[in-house]
Amino acid sequence: MSNIDLSRFHRAFFDESLEGLDAMEAALLRLDVGQADAETINLIFRSAHSIKGGAGTFGFTAVAGFTHLLETLLERVRSGQRQVSQADVDLLLRSVDVTRAMLRAADGGDAADVDAVARLGAELEQALEMKPAAVAPVAVASAAAGWKIRFLPKSDIFASGNDPLRILRELDRLGQARIACDSQALPALADAAPETCYLSWTVELRGDCDEGAVRDVFAWVEDECELEILPLPSAEEEGAKDAQPPAAGAVAHPNPSPEGRGAEKPKLKVVEGGKEPTQERRSGDAGSIRVGTEKIDALINLVGELVITQAMLQQIAGNLDPVQNEKLLQGLSLLDRNTRMLQEAVMATRMLPVDAVFSRFPRMVRDLSTKLGKQIRLETVGEGTELDKGVIERIADPLTHLVRNSLDHGLENAGQRIAAGKDPTGTITLRAAHQGGHIVIEVADDGRGLDRERILAKAAERGIPVPANPVDADVWQLIFAPGFSTAEQVTDVSGRGVGMDVVKKNVQALSGQIEISTRPGQGTCVTIRLPLTLAILDGMSVRVGDDIFIVPLNCVVESLQPQAGQVRTLSAGARVVKVRNEYLPLAPLHELFRIRTDAPEPEAGILVLLESEGRKVAAQVDELVGQQQVVIKSLEANYRRVGGISGATILGDGRVALILDVAELVRGYARAAAA
Amino acid sequence: MTAPTPSIAETRPAAGPVDENPNEFLTFTLGAEEYGVDILKVQEIRGYDTVTKVPNAPSFIKGVINLRGTIVPVVDLRLKFNLERAEYNEFTVMIILNVARRIVGVVVDGVSDVMQLTAEQIRPAPEFGGGINTKFITGIGALEQRMLILIDIERLMSSEDMALMDSAAVH
Repeated sequence: MSNIDLSRFHRAFFDESLEGLDAMEAALLRLDVGQADAETINLIFRSAHSIKGGAGTFGFTAVAGFTHLLETLLERVRSGQRQVSQADVDLLLRSVDVTRAMLRAADGGDAADVDAVARLGAELEQALEMKPAAVAPVAVASAAAGWKIRFLPKSDIFASGNDPLRILRELDRLGQARIACDSQALPALADAAPETCYLSWTVELRGDCDEGAVRDVFAWVEDECELEILPLPSAEEEGAKDAQPPAAGAVAHPNPSPEGRGAEKPKLKVVEGGKEPTQERRSGDAGSIRVGTEKIDALINLVGELVITQAMLQQIAGNLDPVQNEKLLQGLSLLDRNTRMLQEAVMATRMLPVDAVFSRFPRMVRDLSTKLGKQIRLETVGEGTELDKGVIERIADPLTHLVRNSLDHGLENAGQRIAAGKDPTGTITLRAAHQGGHIVIEVADDGRGLDRERILAKAAERGIPVPANPVDADVWQLIFAPGFSTAEQVTDVSGRGVGMDVVKKNVQALSGQIEISTRPGQGTCVTIRLPLTLAILDGMSVRVGDDIFIVPLNCVVESLQPQAGQVRTLSAGARVVKVRNEYLPLAPLHELFRIRTDAPEPEAGILVLLESEGRKVAAQVDELVGQQQVVIKSLEANYRRVGGISGATILGDGRVALILDVAELVRGYARAAAA
Repeated sequence: MTAPTPSIAETRPAAGPVDENPNEFLTFTLGAEEYGVDILKVQEIRGYDTVTKVPNAPSFIKGVINLRGTIVPVVDLRLKFNLERAEYNEFTVMIILNVARRIVGVVVDGVSDVMQLTAEQIRPAPEFGGGINTKFITGIGALEQRMLILIDIERLMSSEDMALMDSAAVH
């Protein structure tokens, strides 16, 4: 057995443990102090328990030791020996953080803060020594006087690394256990195989523990034994015993709710092989498997290929006689439909609910509102909205920043709110929704709103250029300028001035847009609009000479055919186009990319007005070809970065087309203008 | 017996003792010369088809092609080595190479065959002028009447003057 390399299971252990911690954290935040719901407590306990078990198995003793303390505390809560207090929740939340840090450290990350671990460990121990609060009779109904457990391990139980003795010792810890061993199956010594278990046990466990606790002892061996757990009749129940026949199908639920428990307490619970609880326990993630993202990306690539091949066939089929080739054409149109459905389905595998980021905020809001002395409520809407995993990962930081900003700057403290005639508790609303091929995420607060005068004053102070007679929208845009921060005090929560410009840059890097709307005294709402996926781009194909380029559609403002006189030449050959009282720099793509074209003059071509980061340029192309969705391919994977090009794609005919990097193009002209 | 050059040893982890197993080379022609590259670096050989030009690239980089969904740059070695004639017709071939975990297409005049050379048949490279820098030549393969210039294609393709990689990626 010793030659099994456990390290290959480490990844799964870490992933699962971190997930468990997330679940624990969420449950702790959900926990209503004083009226602890047994289901939630159980969930928290189970997470701690399985991390402890895993850590023990894989030899992460520090983690196992720490989570053991955690588990012990939780066990007291669960068994009703301890009433959970706000202080406990705080302690547990901090323990979650420490455990997470320890896991990361064990996973080869930064070393965990040993002091913090020791300190928190001491706190936990202290909390454990404190006299338990009065038993909450509601929270956990102690069921029976004890349990009669029949434990028949399968003969190969040792092969799985489980030791029945350990289980018996743990049972003993739960209460007074009277253990009887059945050695009937034991063969003569000469015939006994040393790795086979021939024994079975009957345990009478007397004590104040519920069935879940007993079952948890067997959590690791459920599949490797036959297990019967029957309640030992207590004195007063003895008489009524025969009145209720054992309810058929009353399968033991691993975590019966307190109410349910009292109402339909079955006299007899038979669970064979422990199969049933295992399935129910895992019902949360039933039917899901872990797949590496690279596998999914490979799949998406292959489907992309299929779509291209299919488009190619479709194109060829267009030239065929529809009468003679009826069957073939029918087949092709079926293929077309199936390919598209397949593509959608495969794309959907990369989609995650936005809850993956939203779920981190309740904790943050809780911690920060305590720190800032504000009363804040967080509401989330549309957390089930799905978007690409890549987008999720990269939107988390900007969103965190926005929420922090709302907490710190947007929302007033309770006193100010009461004075303004508002609910003393401020609200931050996170909202996600699909809106026509985009996903829209809003971070809204009902705080004081943006202050036009203060922003303008600040901009003047920081030397940020302000347009003449700015309308409100222009003013709000100023907070996205680098080096802008309106917080009166720089706090460690936010307001170091490296904020909103980074947020905007991140959102734009995802080819998204960010907008602000605000009303003084009523709140601010920041809206982020993102494409559904990073892998596909809505593009406009344009022709320059013989080459086709793709322009991201979200950057295209309009396109026009310039009239004579609309284009003026400035010094040094730089040209501008006058479009409705605005002079925009002219970017002739054929010159930038050194492509030979028959129509070098702007008047002979088409101007596509492109916007990025609030600046516009007029790109000159020969012709607009059409609009299409394109799959973005990396140019850098096998080649290098190309100036003015953000990537490549494959057209319907199999040819490669390059995708224009509008942000770089615009920046180049802005630099030229500044120089 | 000469020890293999470090670069070959590095790039051929799977090869056994080089002294016993003859090395296999894919040979191709550029103008009058015959060249050889390590066969293990060759992914496939295909005809020259539509190449999408890349803006502002050196002239020997013909552009990029779609190789079953992957964007692959194409280098015309004839232009790189300043050969007089570089025609593109239906006989023009591309060698698709797998070097430094990248895929590169290389246009040559023609692909000849695959040859096995034992260590004795490989002579050290002499100093000589011409298109190709001597530092990319690992040796001269002599086989009967033929003379094969053996190129360390990996080093050549990742060299800075090929401009195939971002300078940060060049080692």
